[in-house]
Amino acid sequence: MPIAVAIAVLVFGSVAFHLLSPWWRTPIASNWGSIDSALDVTLWICAAAFVLLNLFLAWALVRYRHRPGHHAHYEPENSRLEKRLTFWTAIGIAGMLAPGLAAWGKFVSVPKDATIIEAVGQQWQWSFRYPGPDGVLGAAAVKYVTPDNVLGLDPLDPYGRDDLLIETGDLHLPLGKPVKILLRSKDVLHDFYVPEFRAKMDLVPGIVTYFWMTPTKTGTFDILCAELCGTGHHQMRGKVVVETPKAFAAWQAQQSSFGQILAEAPPAAMSILLIKANACTVPASWSIR
Amino acid sequence: MNLIARLSERSWEPASDRLDLSHRPSAGAVGLAAYAAVMAVMFSLVMVAYVMRMGLHAAMGHADDWVAMPHPPLLWINSAVLVMSSVAWEVARRAAERGEASRAPLLGGALGLCFLGGQWLLWRHYQAAGYYLASNPANAFFYLLTALHGVHIAGGLVAAAWVLASRTLPHVRLCALYWHLLLLIWMAIAVLLLLT
Amino acid sequence: MATTLADDLRPLHHPHSWVTRYIWSQDHKVIAIQYSCTAIAIGLVALVLSALMRLQLGFPGAFPAITPDNYLQFVSMHGMIMVVYLLTALLLGGFGNYLIPLMIGARDMVFPFVNMLSYWFYLLSVIVLVAGFFVPGGPTGAGWTLYPPQAISEGTPGHQWGIVTMLVSLAIFVAAFTMGGLNYVTTVLQARTRGMTLMRMPLSVWGIFTASVMGLLAFPALFVAAIMMLFDHLAGTSFFMPTMQSAGAITSTQGGSPLLFQHLFWFFGHPEVYIVALPAFGIVSDLVSVHARRNIFGYRMMVWAIVIIGALSFLVWAHHMYVSGMNPYFGFFFATSTLIIAIPTAIKVYNWMLTLWRGNIHMRVPMLFAIAFIFTFIHGGLSGLFLGNVSVDVPLSDTFFVVAHFHMVMGVSPVLVIFGAIYHWYPKITGRMWNETLGKLHFWITFLGVYAIFLPMHYLGILGVPRRYYALGQADFIPPSVHLANQWISIAALAVFAAQSLFFFNMIWSLFRGPKADPNPWGAASLEWQTPQTPPAHGNWGPKLPIVYRWAYDYSVPGAERDFIPQTEPRA
Ligand code: HEM
Ligand SMILES: [Cu+2]
Ligand SMILES: [Cu+2]
Repeated sequence: MPIAVAIAVLVFGSVAFHLLSPWWRTPIASNWGSIDSALDVTLWICAAAFVLLNLFLAWALVRYRHRPGHHAHYEPENSRLEKRLTFWTAIGIAGMLAPGLAAWGKFVSVPKDATIIEAVGQQWQWSFRYPGPDGVLGAAAVKYVTPDNVLGLDPLDPYGRDDLLIETGDLHLPLGKPVKILLRSKDVLHDFYVPEFRAKMDLVPGIVTYFWMTPTKTGTFDILCAELCGTGHHQMRGKVVVETPKAFAAWQAQQSSFGQILAEAPPAAMSILLIKANACTVPASWSIR
Repeated sequence: MNLIARLSERSWEPASDRLDLSHRPSAGAVGLAAYAAVMAVMFSLVMVAYVMRMGLHAAMGHADDWVAMPHPPLLWINSAVLVMSSVAWEVARRAAERGEASRAPLLGGALGLCFLGGQWLLWRHYQAAGYYLASNPANAFFYLLTALHGVHIAGGLVAAAWVLASRTLPHVRLCALYWHLLLLIWMAIAVLLLLT
Repeated sequence: MATTLADDLRPLHHPHSWVTRYIWSQDHKVIAIQYSCTAIAIGLVALVLSALMRLQLGFPGAFPAITPDNYLQFVSMHGMIMVVYLLTALLLGGFGNYLIPLMIGARDMVFPFVNMLSYWFYLLSVIVLVAGFFVPGGPTGAGWTLYPPQAISEGTPGHQWGIVTMLVSLAIFVAAFTMGGLNYVTTVLQARTRGMTLMRMPLSVWGIFTASVMGLLAFPALFVAAIMMLFDHLAGTSFFMPTMQSAGAITSTQGGSPLLFQHLFWFFGHPEVYIVALPAFGIVSDLVSVHARRNIFGYRMMVWAIVIIGALSFLVWAHHMYVSGMNPYFGFFFATSTLIIAIPTAIKVYNWMLTLWRGNIHMRVPMLFAIAFIFTFIHGGLSGLFLGNVSVDVPLSDTFFVVAHFHMVMGVSPVLVIFGAIYHWYPKITGRMWNETLGKLHFWITFLGVYAIFLPMHYLGILGVPRRYYALGQADFIPPSVHLANQWISIAALAVFAAQSLFFFNMIWSLFRGPKADPNPWGAASLEWQTPQTPPAHGNWGPKLPIVYRWAYDYSVPGAERDFIPQTEPRA
């Protein structure tokens, strides 16, 4: 008996906890409302199952408890009942899978007009790179990294010249524009995670991963690392500032490009940089300064 | 009774009594079959990893990453030795089935030992030619696969020695089966190495 | 003595001295107890680690002795010990060993010597694991998933030696498990007594059998992953190691794929979840049926569901990798296969409840644990649907929602079954009865306590609190109330921690002072309760093997004089 009461209390308690607890999704700041609604659909179906099943359990525990003169009913199986239950379960599963897959379909198809931005992770900080006026990110790899080229851009790639580098500052995003965020790690696995955006993705050294989203709310949000990356994992923070396209353009104009950084680098640093790139001669098509 | 019928038996009904156990295979045979599955999974996982890792370099921009190893004649010789060893075990198995003692298991075991020695030479040969474990993923996979296979051969030899010492004829059959399985796995490895 | 295995002519190995009887024993019951005691001992270490983690999370800063490195080491060792060294070892090495021969009417496992080796290898793996705490740098802090490159790179605690002891210990464990698993599988297939058809086996045996088959097929993935990572670490190969920056320099490794490791790990890791779940499913079916005095409802469906779940669980591994950077199109397939598994799983839940329905339920301690399992398993199973449903997993993965989910489904649920099973079979194993009051007290604190721990965690996860965080620090989306929640969770965890002493006291005290137990105190029909002696003697069955005439669930059969009919009772 007490166990039946306990189960009923836990069911109602859980529902009450759900309704009253102050902890729920943070207000969304991106286009991924479809993920939130897939979660809601999943939640409603699961909550219904949770309440129904457990109340049935509690009821059965009371109704069929042992008492003098009471006997159990012998019934090896009842395939009609089992088939019906299977059928309804399948319906419920399909009902939550459909919105889940639909949202995933959007998640994997990046809009053609998405701006490309790169986030680079290293133990335990974030850096960012914008493609500059040409709209193309230059080639980059860990093997090019030097103290003057911390993001490891290929010094010989002309597309990289105008890339804007944010080595320690915040990530800025224009409001309402889809962005494809390319993710690159210099050392171990990390994960780019902004709770308000809902989307997240691992950074995997050796390959470039990505996800896309459209910021829908101005403001400043925390970037966290969501893949265990060592001692400082919990301190690997950054900030993302979502602002109007005008403010964004103004901010971008103040950032320095890879070309400018190279121009300021002393000649000795330059030669290290070029050795890393295996460049014996500077291609004639462009000059360093 | 086939498996489906056995698994859909309504066992609460009286009709299902089956008191006859004579059709059962021996415990050793069942155990060996189960272990064969374990080996199959293990080696196929490494081989899948091999193919995955090999395919990766293009996508990741390391054109110089994967360099296949050459195939020296010793590879063929070792394979032939292993085949002969398996043949000897097969002869031993047939003899054991007829209830005759034979020397074939000894030959099979000796050839197995030769194979191990040959593999050792093959490693030395590659080392001498500069194909070190860490210098290339192709090498690393080669050493990993041959080492895993070699450990299984060595284990088989120990088991065979124990069987021969205790003169249990039925177990000769299991040894032979195990040996054939290892030959199969070796052939799969060799084909993978030769094709890539 | 001329006692033999069911159809094998080899004589049973007989112990001659105290040492061969209790230390180098080849008797499955002694090995089972050795396995169980070792597993519980190492499990206590993991429990202490969880208490330490909760102290840090609940009262950050109050324990300066716990550094971020320590925290990660605690997380990693706690997770790995709980999953592999406690649950797998206890459910298969412990319960599998004890129950299989008794439930199918065999005298012992078919390869008793290999069975003994299995235990000693397991003990060795535990010793190597524990050695990790004493090597320079301490145990690994890479998480129980041991992802490279961090597991063997600068910046992760224990990346030098701790990871080596971990990987070596795992490799030894796999060897131990393989020896045990071959035994369990072969014994079930080959040593069933006369009349024990496959479909007359109790569901415990089905669960343990399927889990053993799965273990045999899944552990090789962990084995090769461990070996390959050892190569990478000690020999400088690049299976998993890309070109990367480490300790300020660029490494010489290149081209290795961290994702390859993740695929191997989860090809093992997902089935592993079911390796601990299926024996629990089986055992709980038997507990429910015995104490509700009713045949398990839909027995055939239960067996098929176990087998189908076992098979499907090899097709879903990448649901742990939705946001790992693998090809995102895989998500469609793995989400669908994952949610399909929910169907046979749900059928099992229905059938447990339908067994209670129209039953005659005796609320004894083992039954309480079984019911608590049904409750927590429903909860954990449902929260798993969120994580399996790809896009819903995106915000939730790597948050406390995941922590809450897997604790509910593979931490708390199997542990509740294990407690229930220990209470249930204790009279048979020891010949004594435990104390009912203490048992109930233990039950209530544990059941209500774990729910208090893990229910709020789901909400922290939905809020966005990431897992494996030493401290939450400042973040705008984390309100101060979260710290309050963490405090309460920690207090509940400490209460649960303390309540386990009731269990240990009860078990140990009853071993010496408990009243003598009836040979079949619950009136159970399955074979293990029909042994001539209690506890069963070496060889289990006396001079003649039992013959089985019916399935294991003849409870409350109309017209029968008692409310159960043992499997050994001939049909009229
Ligand atoms: C009262 C008992 C338990 C408590 C209080 C507890 C607490 C915790 C805590 C605090 C974490 C770390 C969360 C984080 O920071 O990410 C954790 C992780 C974990 N626990 Fe438990 N736990 C308990 C029992 C169990 C059991 C029985 C299992 C068996 C499956 C288990 C398996 C795990 C695993 C696999 C992890 C993940 C480790 C990782 O992230 O690498 N725990 N637990
Ligand atoms: Cu990180
Ligand atoms: Cu899984």
